[in-house]
Amino acid sequence: MSTQIQESETETETEETSEHQTRRLAEKRERADMAERAETDLSGADETARIKVFRYDPEVEGKKDPRFDTFEIPFTKGMTVLDALIYARDHFDSSLTFRHSCRQAICGSDALFINGRQRLGCKTQMVDLEWPVQIEPLPHAEVVKDLVVDMEHFYDQMEAVEPYFQTNDLPDGELEEQKQTRENREKVKMSTRCIWCSACMSSCNIAAGDNKYLGPAAINKAYRFAMDHREGEDMKEHRINIIEQEHGVWRCQTQFSCTEVCPKDIPLTEHIQELKREAVKSNLKFW
Amino acid sequence: MSQSYDRGLIEDFGRWQEFSAGMWAWIFHKFTGWVLIGYLFTHVAVLSTATVDGATYTSTLQGLESLLLVRFLEVGLLAVAAFHILNGIRLLFVDLGVGLGAQDKAFYAALVATAAVTVASIPTFLVGAF
Repeated sequence: MSTQIQESETETETEETSEHQTRRLAEKRERADMAERAETDLSGADETARIKVFRYDPEVEGKKDPRFDTFEIPFTKGMTVLDALIYARDHFDSSLTFRHSCRQAICGSDALFINGRQRLGCKTQMVDLEWPVQIEPLPHAEVVKDLVVDMEHFYDQMEAVEPYFQTNDLPDGELEEQKQTRENREKVKMSTRCIWCSACMSSCNIAAGDNKYLGPAAINKAYRFAMDHREGEDMKEHRINIIEQEHGVWRCQTQFSCTEVCPKDIPLTEHIQELKREAVKSNLKFW
Repeated sequence: MSQSYDRGLIEDFGRWQEFSAGMWAWIFHKFTGWVLIGYLFTHVAVLSTATVDGATYTSTLQGLESLLLVRFLEVGLLAVAAFHILNGIRLLFVDLGVGLGAQDKAFYAALVATAAVTVASIPTFLVGAF
């Protein structure tokens, strides 16, 4: 920008303003059309899907007592639960609050309690569910507003296992790659898929009763690094020391709830059980 | 920062209808475990009558066996013990990391086997009870 002369800068500014104005006008037109489109969509749709959404807001007088609101959504082919929620928010109630971002099961924002089970809203097809679809915030977490829960505790547990790569034995050359064997990659592959959505933590009966329990996601994260050979023996011992504590792996009672709900199909219970065996092995070493 | 709302039963056993195999296996295993511990107390009490003399022990056992309720409780005890043993084997495999993909089928198999053993035991336990 500094190389440009004064005149052109002014020109750019004017251009930007007009562009901005055009965009604003377009958005305004779109908003004006929205109500009309909603009507047409509704009449044009083959079916109308009903969703029952949990509503709660401690800061609004009428929403202090939790309740369920029902929304009629024009069903379209391929509609996900998240699509339905977005439709309800955009057309009926702009105060309806829920987290979402990527819409493709990567960001882990929209884990919800849908029809009595923890699922990702963006990965759950409306056709696969029984209607009306009941949508609630994740159980065993504090509700902040509507479908938004406080994730702080979950993140604390994740941080507790040091969820990042650490190693003492770096390769010699400065630009040397730190390669992993194919077999080792296969071993940790599934555990790397975690998107921190907290569905597993929410489904876990033990985590519900024991606030200090690391929970399936954190233990899985510990597994991902403890099983990575590049971290070296010392680091593995350090990681085992973390997870074998009182509120670590031994709290798991193999109810398989986490494995059932994981949207990324991570065999969580299997990983926890393997870490239990690793913990036993490291304690049985007398030499 | 934020106020929260306790959603009561939805948080826990209020959603028992949504429980899957692994959860039911856990509940049954806990339940049967506690029943077996309770049984051990009565078991010791009955056996300790033998410390008085043989006749007391015999009359205690005969007295208990003449009660219809005790006959039914024995069938129940066998069912509880059978499930606890079979699910215990399932848990052993789970701990060893063997066949975790089939843990739900293993639970159903344990239920079916328990039912079979229990039904087969009825003639033995209830003979002469009526």
